[in-house]
Amino acid sequence: MTDYDVIVVGGGPAGSMAAEAAAKGGAKTLMLEKDRDIGYPVRCGEGVGAAGLRKFIEPDPKWIATTISKVRMRSPDNTQVDFGLANAGYVLHRRLFDYELANRAGQAGAEIQTRAYVDGLIMENDAVCGVKYQYMGEQRSLRAKLVIAADGVESRVGRMAGMRTATKLKDMDSGYQATVGNIDVDQEMIDFYNGDVWAPGGYLWIFPKGDGMANIGLGVNGKYAHECHPHDMIHGFLDKYFPKARILTSVCGGIPVAKTLKLITSNGLMLTGDAARMVNPVTGGGIITGMVGGQLAGQVAAESIQSGDVTVSGMADYPKRWHKAEGKGHEAFYRIAQGIAEITDDQLNKIAHRLVKTPSDKLSLLKIFTAVAREKPGILLDVTRAFAGV
Amino acid sequence: MILVKDNRCDFCGTCVAVCPVDAIELREADISIIHDTCIDCDICVWVCPIKVLSSDKPEEVKND
Ligand SMILES: Cc1cc2nc3c(=O)[nH]c(=O)nc-3n(C[C@H](O)[C@H](O)[C@H](O)COP(=O)(O)OP(=O)(O)OC[C@H]3O[C@@H](n4cnc5c(N)ncnc54)[C@H](O)[C@@H]3O)c2cc1C
Ligand code: SF4
Ligand code: SF4
Repeated sequence: MTDYDVIVVGGGPAGSMAAEAAAKGGAKTLMLEKDRDIGYPVRCGEGVGAAGLRKFIEPDPKWIATTISKVRMRSPDNTQVDFGLANAGYVLHRRLFDYELANRAGQAGAEIQTRAYVDGLIMENDAVCGVKYQYMGEQRSLRAKLVIAADGVESRVGRMAGMRTATKLKDMDSGYQATVGNIDVDQEMIDFYNGDVWAPGGYLWIFPKGDGMANIGLGVNGKYAHECHPHDMIHGFLDKYFPKARILTSVCGGIPVAKTLKLITSNGLMLTGDAARMVNPVTGGGIITGMVGGQLAGQVAAESIQSGDVTVSGMADYPKRWHKAEGKGHEAFYRIAQGIAEITDDQLNKIAHRLVKTPSDKLSLLKIFTAVAREKPGILLDVTRAFAGV
Repeated sequence: MILVKDNRCDFCGTCVAVCPVDAIELREADISIIHDTCIDCDICVWVCPIKVLSSDKPEEVKND
């Protein structure tokens, strides 16, 4: 006897999309979230591309903070290269956005429990058959035909089943972000500070949130986090450039800038979103890719339950469809990220000095990254592939 | 041994994600090191964005 067809662990974008898709596919579905509140705390810059978002949900002013049409790329010496975005973007209110996605999962028939911390799996004959969890201090267990681990960066559920999900230090960005008020920034522009002076091995971002507010954060490569201390870097940056800004919220967070795990299924278990390492390794963006992965996981979960085969081979369509949807591009982005990591601040300055002479209507992300790739010809082809149409 | 400054932790899970032996337990607002499992590799110390974790190893040993 099973209590549910599908149990989804984690109520982020990947989990909610998975729960919605599984429920829509006819599976009796439950989503468990350890925090008391879906969508909070927000460990995220909240930036997404409009095209990617629209594939899943019509943008709603309720959870859109600002609409982005311009990009500023800064070099280490603060040369500013500005251009328009061919495809607009948004800065979300993720607290409300994540709520909306969970709400849609609920409307599709999925049940939801918050304050439910999964601390073990029920395993039989090398297959996952359910979860053990704490609900408001009480130990419970539930049996399911299939478990979807959408438990974010920590990705412990996969480990409970013996999968190797630990990320290498060099593939993890250590992040810190402050949401600030009383700041005067262009509300239609996202602003990136590139180079080791701003954020060793990563970048610093300013994403406007409307009403004189903005998300100001950075990710530094895990190797440098201890010496440069992301918390101190953001505070130093604010003191120097925005002394009047007032911090309204601040959060830590890890951004897995890794390749998607080789194995994202095990018998009775699927991994998705950050837990499967689906984040774009160049941008650190994982909302949309997590939604792509989550939806695919939920769809294949429902299909596998219908066909009665939840083994790795029965769920083979999941890794296949992920690879088709994002996998190839994702791997190109990973190679680009490795190439960029070797480019020095001097080289970045030189590139910016060249680009700043180009009229901004002739610039695009493809142009920028092509200019960068000239310093690392090995990634040129990947850049052309990955950024075509961006 | 890894020491935790509990009241400083933001419970973001970054250290959990990089621990090679799954020796960190994290709930909504509660973090602890499973000392029996921990292999003292210090990776969690390196990655934490706000220096919650530290090692009690003397510096000379750390540089080995
Ligand atoms: C500082 C920072 C800035 C970022 N900026 C951007 C950005 O601008 N744009 C973008 O696209 N992406 C950004 N990202 C990445 C993005 O936030 C993630 O990729 C995205 O949230 C992944 O969604 P997810 O559903 O896989 O995981 P999450 O959103 O992390 O959801 C996982 C959920 O699982 C729950 N959970 C974990 N363990 C358990 C358990 N044992 N039992 C029950 N529940 C559990 C967690 O509480 C959490 O709610 C950023 C990340 C960081 C850290
Ligand atoms: S990385 Fe640091 S702040 Fe985040 S959970 Fe670990 S100890 Fe706490
Ligand atoms: S020292 Fe290494 S093994 Fe121990 S908790 Fe930290 S990362 Fe895990």
